[in-house]
Amino acid sequence: MIPAPFEYVRASSVSEAVAALAEHGDEAKLLAGGHSLLPMMKLRLAFPSVLVDVGRLRSLSYARVEGDQVAIGALTRHAELEASELLRREVPLLPEVARLVGDRQVRRRGTIGGSLSHADPAADLPCAIRALDATLVMEGPAGSRRVAGAEFFTGYFETALRPDEMLVEIRVPRRPGERAAYEKFVRRANDWAIVAVAVAGDRVALANMGSVPLRATATELALAAGATPDEAAERAAEGTEPVTDMHAGPEYRAHLARLLTRRALARSVLVTRPDM
Amino acid sequence: MNVAITVNGQTREDDVEPRLLLVHYLRDVCGLRATNVGCDTTSCGACTVHVDGEAVKSCTALAAQASGSDVVTLEGLAGDDGELHPVPAAFRAEHGLQCGFCTPGMVMAAVDLLRANPSPTEDEVREGLEGNLCRCTGYHNIVRAVLAAAAASSAESTDDAESAA
Repeated sequence: MIPAPFEYVRASSVSEAVAALAEHGDEAKLLAGGHSLLPMMKLRLAFPSVLVDVGRLRSLSYARVEGDQVAIGALTRHAELEASELLRREVPLLPEVARLVGDRQVRRRGTIGGSLSHADPAADLPCAIRALDATLVMEGPAGSRRVAGAEFFTGYFETALRPDEMLVEIRVPRRPGERAAYEKFVRRANDWAIVAVAVAGDRVALANMGSVPLRATATELALAAGATPDEAAERAAEGTEPVTDMHAGPEYRAHLARLLTRRALARSVLVTRPDM
Repeated sequence: MNVAITVNGQTREDDVEPRLLLVHYLRDVCGLRATNVGCDTTSCGACTVHVDGEAVKSCTALAAQASGSDVVTLEGLAGDDGELHPVPAAFRAEHGLQCGFCTPGMVMAAVDLLRANPSPTEDEVREGLEGNLCRCTGYHNIVRAVLAAAAASSAESTDDAESAA
């Protein structure tokens, strides 16, 4: 399969990338690792006329402590999240999620910013970001602005990013040693989640239980009111409207949400070790 | 557009369409046909090559993205005298292939895996090769081949250490 023709521009800085987006409007798309966009272009589900390659902006690949937050560059690859000692210490959920994205080769190319901007409701990192109360930093022609993770995902493959904006940084509150677990249900190796559940502290997020990644609010409230983890997990699918696709219908997805929440809550206690 | 890519140690410049996939560049422009197109959707790993020392799926990369990079294909693993690299040699010795279609990608993924983890457990090999599918389902011998290659190279480095001592 071959994508439709396009013009290729390699950006050597964020401002160059943003200028190219401003020039070409919504005809242009940013290309980072390309592992979500290129398959869609090959299937002709996407056909941008200009690709602005930001994959070489290695200065946007970092994770560092800034006050009470950890700042993560948008071009940090999944394999880098997975291997980061700093993240393992400060935001234990992120490496736990990153190591289950795609497969070894995919994790070498895919970036956190690319995955969030793509906003596939079945993807792993958007779910993690919802569980972490992250803030996303976007750069546009008028400067930068910040959006909370809860407001970033606006619909099925849709985000708060404007056509001329680039996601440049993800800021996550530091929570050293926080209990965290990610449970992802797939039928085949390296597949998308049929349903996945991320737990970080007392926050629970769901992947593929609606058009955007969601918080399991009823479960969180039950936990806060003193319910046992198993009782709280029973409420994980409340308020969700999961879709039907070739893998599963809404009832089965709701069952998975409850089951995986129970497992993630149980396991998050077990993985809380000071050396994690 | 013009791309400059080092392929198996030789830098070359080619005029290509921006939409040319890296795997098609390697097969059709460079004439290196070991790298296969399998699923064409980033799942099967038959197209795995090394870009700047890391295994990636070349059906989901543009030649344009690889401009300025160092690319190694299965052909590039062979020694100057055509001698088999230890990993494909182990695949042959352990019968780690049936139809052979997945083999170039399997070998490139295995070389990458062993570079990061020279003495993997069987589970680590199976997990590390998650991105490579064998439709003959010949996984047992593939895993055995990778473990044999790891054992052979650790025996070799022990020999080196002993002869150095």
